[in-house]
Amino acid sequence: MSKAIVLYLHVHQPFRIRHYSIFDTGVRHDYFNEQTPELLTNNEFIIKKVAEKSYIPTNKRLIKLMKKHPEFKLSLSITGTVLEQLEQWAPETLESFKKLVATGRVEILAETYHHTLAFFYSRKEFEAQVGIHQRKIEELFGQTPNVFRHTELAYNNDLAYWADQAGYKGILAEGWDPVLGWRSPNFVYQPTYTENIRLLLKNYRISDDIAFRFGDREWSEWPLTADKFTHWLNSSGDATNFNLFMDYETFGEHQWEDKGIFEFLDSLPGEWLKTKGNTFMTVSEVIDNFEPVDRVDVPNTITWADTERDLSAWLGNRLQQEAIGGIYEMEDQILASNDLQLIDDWRRLQTSDHFYYMCTKWFNDGDIHAYFSPYDNPYEAFIAYMNVYHDIRSRIIEKGMEV
Amino acid sequence: MKVLMLGWELPPHNSGGLGVACYQLCHELSKHGVDIEFVLPYEAEHNINFMNVRPAIPQGIGRLRAQLLGVYDSYVYDKSRPLMDGLSGEAQQVIYEKAVVELVTSEAFDIVHAHDWLTFRAALRVKEVSGLPIVLHVHSIERDRSGGNFGNPLVREIEETSLMLSDHVIAVSQFTKDAIIREYGIPANKIEVVHNSIESKNISIGDEQNSYAYLTAMRARGYRVVVSVSRLTIQKGLSNLLRAAKEVIERVPKTIFLIVGSGDQYFELIELAAQLGIAKNVIFTGFLRGKQWRDSFRTSDLFIMPSVSEPFGIVPLEAVGYGSPVLISKQSGIAEVLNNSLKVDFWDIKKMVDQIAGVVQNDALRDELRDNAYSEYQKLTWRPAAKKVMSIYEDHLVGQGV
Repeated sequence: MSKAIVLYLHVHQPFRIRHYSIFDTGVRHDYFNEQTPELLTNNEFIIKKVAEKSYIPTNKRLIKLMKKHPEFKLSLSITGTVLEQLEQWAPETLESFKKLVATGRVEILAETYHHTLAFFYSRKEFEAQVGIHQRKIEELFGQTPNVFRHTELAYNNDLAYWADQAGYKGILAEGWDPVLGWRSPNFVYQPTYTENIRLLLKNYRISDDIAFRFGDREWSEWPLTADKFTHWLNSSGDATNFNLFMDYETFGEHQWEDKGIFEFLDSLPGEWLKTKGNTFMTVSEVIDNFEPVDRVDVPNTITWADTERDLSAWLGNRLQQEAIGGIYEMEDQILASNDLQLIDDWRRLQTSDHFYYMCTKWFNDGDIHAYFSPYDNPYEAFIAYMNVYHDIRSRIIEKGMEV
Repeated sequence: MKVLMLGWELPPHNSGGLGVACYQLCHELSKHGVDIEFVLPYEAEHNINFMNVRPAIPQGIGRLRAQLLGVYDSYVYDKSRPLMDGLSGEAQQVIYEKAVVELVTSEAFDIVHAHDWLTFRAALRVKEVSGLPIVLHVHSIERDRSGGNFGNPLVREIEETSLMLSDHVIAVSQFTKDAIIREYGIPANKIEVVHNSIESKNISIGDEQNSYAYLTAMRARGYRVVVSVSRLTIQKGLSNLLRAAKEVIERVPKTIFLIVGSGDQYFELIELAAQLGIAKNVIFTGFLRGKQWRDSFRTSDLFIMPSVSEPFGIVPLEAVGYGSPVLISKQSGIAEVLNNSLKVDFWDIKKMVDQIAGVVQNDALRDELRDNAYSEYQKLTWRPAAKKVMSIYEDHLVGQGV
């Protein structure tokens, strides 16, 4: 009986809003082009930095690993917003992703182009964004995705039903204990109320050992080596698949090179493949190779973030609700405008990261280290966002429509 | 007549209205031949030629940065807690005191005139070492600054002791005089009301493009803009304004509230607007200066000062000067001065809603209020205030046999 590591990496960068003031509202529509160099809202600066620290060196290593180990495979999701930024500011990085995918051992997943939570606000808009993403992936990588991953791995029965009806063969979610109960995430499941689709659940313990704890010297398992990690998997009892789901930027950006993350990546496949029967599979392969062992019922939305594993980091406070509610309220007028630039700006404003920056729960706890934002505080994020909201509104009004 | 004026701030290094009031009063006094030595706790360029401005730096102390403890920061005043530059609030006062005492022992003055609590201890020390008469000018007391609460007992102690020991007290309004009597039991006949004023200017309206392009466009489309400009602190009563805003917006959805300023309630008010579900109609600008600050008044269909306790409150007069009608809290000194204004108790949200809704739905009411207030504004000068202050000086000089 073989056991597979299912390595799935998520590549994403939002179009961050610059420090856009009320005095820009109604005057300028350049929300996303912070000019001040080195500012964290400067998208060009960030994408170049992340490309240099993470995308370029990691892709190089992944390609090398593919050459060395014929069994090594992985799955990627890559948002439209990061692809656009790579096209604009780091074309050589985009080429390196294409080269990686061209190995034939990388499967790309479906998602919303703009990394949004549109599913919860407008099914029509959500489907449009999934469609745009699919076309972009086909155009750039020549693949049509058939496994779905949702923004922030937000997941519930409704989404599974939708993805099943839409013809996806699989969908990803967090392997969260209240959902799984006594069951293990290391098998293939099927969502309740669905006909064909399969559910792959992130093993958050081992995934987070790499993504979050790897460089933490306070962690009792520090330093983590590929040898030790492989030993854990090999001795973890019954399992068919170990779902390692994480941000791509774990390699080189969240965990810096000097913490040894690249050495870990370099040696993991070799260590894992030393044991007979161990292999790597993409998300589709694991679905094709293993039958589901049970059905999983998820009536309430779960995500892969936070101790709460819910949407509260994005939609938990009234600032976030007002902002996102305001943006979706304008859907009909925006789409009726036929103004492609306006529609694109509006979609970029739906990116979930904007709402994450408005999260106050860590800010209030004083635990701002857990908080990752280009703004000084959630209120600044909210003010810049709302000033843009008003500008979008004035653009609609200029077209003779009421909002 | 040589006056030793003790202040804590002057424009452009001011944190609020105190610096402006001191500047304009001194300017007017100088026109009447009063020779003023103005002592500040910091060193900075002011470009003032009608009086001598000097920093209070005692011998052996290096340069002091502008804006250490602000006059409005009385709630953090402490005997030991270090503020910026490692100095506690009290230490800053002690440095100031020391420098002022050095000054009066080396130069001759006729009278000492001190503005607000941070300089009062220094005035007392001067009286102690030199016997000069001291006039204490109250622009606000601790209860005002703490939004009607008891406030910092250390600051209250400074206020009570110095007002008691002073030769004369100037209050910026009857509202403030009443408060001084009530809070500190100072005899009424020792307190003179001298209302602040404004150096009115003729401002041409609409001569240049307003910085708020969006608000200008929205007004053209029938929206009305209600503006407040203040520090965002409990004293200013802005949470009541937001509660009123909610009800106004329910009745008149085309109303936008523009909240200008920053302060310790900034985040709290942003959250409150969101909680009330009116965030899309409430715009927070943060702290503004210059043209953007002026344009806040110029874009206004109604300016509101909903203060819980406002000893004077000059900002509504600025608003009137830039062409906005005003709604002011009855708990303010300005309510004693400006007749053509809407007035409301700070706690009376219902009435506030009524009056705001009235103005934003009726341009005739707005224009009538605006034009009449503007006529009043144009007649205002600092002259009566300066005259009153000079006669107070003279009473004490005569009393001393000078």
